[in-house]
Amino acid sequence: MALAYTPGLKRKEMYIVRKTRRLPIQGEVLVKEGDKVDHNTILATTQAPGRVETVNAAERLLLVPDPNTHSVELKKYMFKKEGDPVKKGEQIALKKELFGLFKRTITSPIDGKLEYISNMSGQIILREPPIKIDLDSYIPGTIVKILSKEGAIIECVGAFIQGIFGLGGETHGELMKAVNSPDEVLTAEHVSHECKGKILIGGSLATEAAIRKAMEVGAKGIVVGGIEESVLTKILGFRVGVAITGHEDIPLTLIVTEGFSKMSISDKTFQLLTKSEGQLACLNGATQIRAGVIRPEIIIPRDDVPTSKAIDKGEEQLSKGMESGLPIRIIREPYFGALGHVVSLPIELQIVETESKVRILEAKLDDGRKVIVPRANVELIEE
Amino acid sequence: MSENIKVILATDCGSTTSKARFFRKVGKEYRFIAAGEAPTTVEAPYENVTLGVSNAIREVEELTGHKILGSKGIISPSKRDNEGVDVYVTTSSAGGGLQMMVTGVMTNMTAESANRAALGAGAIVMDVIAVDDGRQPWDEIERIRFLRPDMILSSGGTDGGTVSHIVKIAEFIRTADPHPRLGTEFKLPIVYSGNKVARPEIKKLLGEKFALTITDNLRPKIEIENTEPARNAIHELFMEHVMSHAPGYDKLMKWTPIPIMPTPAGEGRMFRTYAEGNNVNLVGVGLGGATTNIYSIYDEKFVRSVSANLGMSYSICNVLKETGIKNIIRWLTFKVNETDVLNRLYNKMIRPTTIPQTLEELMIEHAVAREALRLGFQHHKSLARPLVGYFKAGELVLGVQTKVEGISRYATYIDMLKVDVLGGTGGLLSQGPRRVQSMIILMDGFQVEGTTLLFQDSVFMMPHLGVLSTVNPKIALEIFEKDCLVKLGTCIAPREITDQVEEGQKIGTVTLTMPNGETIEEPLIHVTLKRIPLEESAMAKARINPERGFDVGAGSGRVLEKQVHGGVVGIILDARGRPLRLPENDDERRRKLTEWFTELQAYPGYP
Repeated sequence: MALAYTPGLKRKEMYIVRKTRRLPIQGEVLVKEGDKVDHNTILATTQAPGRVETVNAAERLLLVPDPNTHSVELKKYMFKKEGDPVKKGEQIALKKELFGLFKRTITSPIDGKLEYISNMSGQIILREPPIKIDLDSYIPGTIVKILSKEGAIIECVGAFIQGIFGLGGETHGELMKAVNSPDEVLTAEHVSHECKGKILIGGSLATEAAIRKAMEVGAKGIVVGGIEESVLTKILGFRVGVAITGHEDIPLTLIVTEGFSKMSISDKTFQLLTKSEGQLACLNGATQIRAGVIRPEIIIPRDDVPTSKAIDKGEEQLSKGMESGLPIRIIREPYFGALGHVVSLPIELQIVETESKVRILEAKLDDGRKVIVPRANVELIEE
Repeated sequence: MSENIKVILATDCGSTTSKARFFRKVGKEYRFIAAGEAPTTVEAPYENVTLGVSNAIREVEELTGHKILGSKGIISPSKRDNEGVDVYVTTSSAGGGLQMMVTGVMTNMTAESANRAALGAGAIVMDVIAVDDGRQPWDEIERIRFLRPDMILSSGGTDGGTVSHIVKIAEFIRTADPHPRLGTEFKLPIVYSGNKVARPEIKKLLGEKFALTITDNLRPKIEIENTEPARNAIHELFMEHVMSHAPGYDKLMKWTPIPIMPTPAGEGRMFRTYAEGNNVNLVGVGLGGATTNIYSIYDEKFVRSVSANLGMSYSICNVLKETGIKNIIRWLTFKVNETDVLNRLYNKMIRPTTIPQTLEELMIEHAVAREALRLGFQHHKSLARPLVGYFKAGELVLGVQTKVEGISRYATYIDMLKVDVLGGTGGLLSQGPRRVQSMIILMDGFQVEGTTLLFQDSVFMMPHLGVLSTVNPKIALEIFEKDCLVKLGTCIAPREITDQVEEGQKIGTVTLTMPNGETIEEPLIHVTLKRIPLEESAMAKARINPERGFDVGAGSGRVLEKQVHGGVVGIILDARGRPLRLPENDDERRRKLTEWFTELQAYPGYP
């Protein structure tokens, strides 16, 4: 399992960020290769099919199916045919009984068009007008590729930091240092009206009151080291069961960089964020741990740096695997959160406290301790 | 054909890890030789499943010195003693496995049969849509469009029965116009297995827009369920329309002429082969990181259930969400802070590939496993139930309603007293540091009753052997029995029919005649466990004499005599009571758990 290790979260000061932006269904692309775009430029647009409404017409008109064909003569009573536009309240079917003495009618429940009339099921399907969907560019940068009828790929240079878990979707705002050190807890006292529209840089933990106040004053996002599970549940109003997030109905985006419980945001992440205070940050809290891992992200675009200046050693490292001397973070008890570097990678399996025989590594922690940990419990720090 | 097969390679492309298993003929026997594992590479940035498979195979090459990979893929057939393989087979659940939607007319009849058919084919069923499911049509149409399944199984009506309701659902599908998850430019496969009279209408509605396949009705008569044709069609379409569009599978499919099988289908096939070969009622479980698959082969009926969000890593917090933190903590022998356990579980969820290093962490995961199995089995039993809605001897068969944790369900036909064998596979069960841990987790999760043989998969190779059995069942079964099947032992647990019982009371006697002729007589003392060693290959003659009000399979207070298997754990006399009730008082509960774990030597330090 030489290649079986956790790649770790990215924390790059100067990185070429490429974002693929796709419409959910095909549409029209409004930009061309080489165009410079802002984070809110509309790249592509489309019309999603409108909401569907069904009417059980056979039942409403009291139509009886033919025992041989199983069908009803619904089309005979329709005023409209498939594809015709309809207005809400407009009569679309009529059945006269007893020489016109009794009438059974159907009116359209929506504005839209009549999509389908079924003599077999006796139902009418109507559809509301299409819904316009605009796709913005999310990050400022240059269009490097057009995806025909679907969207585009944008490229920019900037800092790129991945979190471990997030809530809420894409947002933008100026970075604002809210605490003085990576181990300080972000409390409601740190949050004021000046935080409106800002992305707050927190420390080791965000309290429930701090998150609620940030929402109240209109902050766009919070980046913090840790969060308590109980706070998460209270903020959302439900317990997260599977880590697929990004569509929560909350007014800000929350990104946790280290994990659950009080955990200092890493020094380097804190420094990277605070030295960019006042700059635009693009955030996305969307997290998906299962198949096709998506981690939440913070992008701080730099329009003054050409792409040739961005260096990425991390990708090279990924292909090489784990080696002695590499910086690591331990991601499980009993040394959870500790930073250090790899000392050796013994080939033989070793027995740990649980009595499991596992592939381990020897690490020297930043506090000087030498420890043995399963390789599965460390992640490489990509810088 | 067996004569020509000397070397076999089987892989499984799991959602997280690709696992290679290497087998070869040693003398006259087929044996497991080595295993290799590597991360699955079906997702970005790799988007080529064969990279992960090759890495796993390379590990086998390193361990065995046997060359398997050549410039064009797998070298086949084997050439010298140390090059090439004669058979290469693979299963796959990468990228989320086979994800399906099923439709039917009535929730408890045709839709339920369709659900069983899709699950039996190894699918994860994302939703079951039926005319009477209480949802609004627009809601159902949105759901079909939004979920983007890999395939839809559409059923409904007995042959000659309703047509209009089937057509109505087909109209919903057509209106929703769902596109497949993989390979968006291809037509979504739909299997129609409903009323044969409705076929012309179905062809008219769905034939052009979708890749439509029509099979025999899975419910031709209300009292008959025939899921085999639908299951076979699903397997064929899985290869042709789903796998062929997943990244790298076009290449993988060229490496083997044998159809790729969904992982759970391989696993289920092996459980089924074992149960049918030994003529036993069997319950099997695959406890994975994301899902829990349970299989029952009971009175010749095969049912599979998948609890898509009950698992030990990705889905660990969903187990917590469904069962509650108190139900997890109740299995722990040490005092814990609820917040601390919650944070630990959430940290496991966001870093799912980590493993416990400390004993406390291991015991917390084992506590979650018991709850995942308990909930998964509840779900399974709701599917493993008699068909309802038909007349028998002039009476309408409606099924028996029962309440499980306040939820009304149809009663299952599975009687735990009649389950002969319980088997487990999956990372946590296969890799437990002590085998007795798997045994007690399975006993607690399923609450076995009577006499039950428990086994586990040695190093997770049941899916591999399942797909191998499609090529050569004899070899697959031989390897299964020699190298995959680890007999844990037999659990003897009386069912309580009375509530007039107190802790410490004798509820029966077990007399074991051991292979060496020695006789061991042990009383069954209420709320205790007793472990009696009996080696894996051995059997003992058991005479179980329960007190009145207790049943081990022969009736209340009636003696049962039978041969019982030994195992790496041995025989466990489980007189803790069925249903198992843990003491309400925390100190008392911890004391009892410690006592049981000590008797079983389940964990280091116990004693």
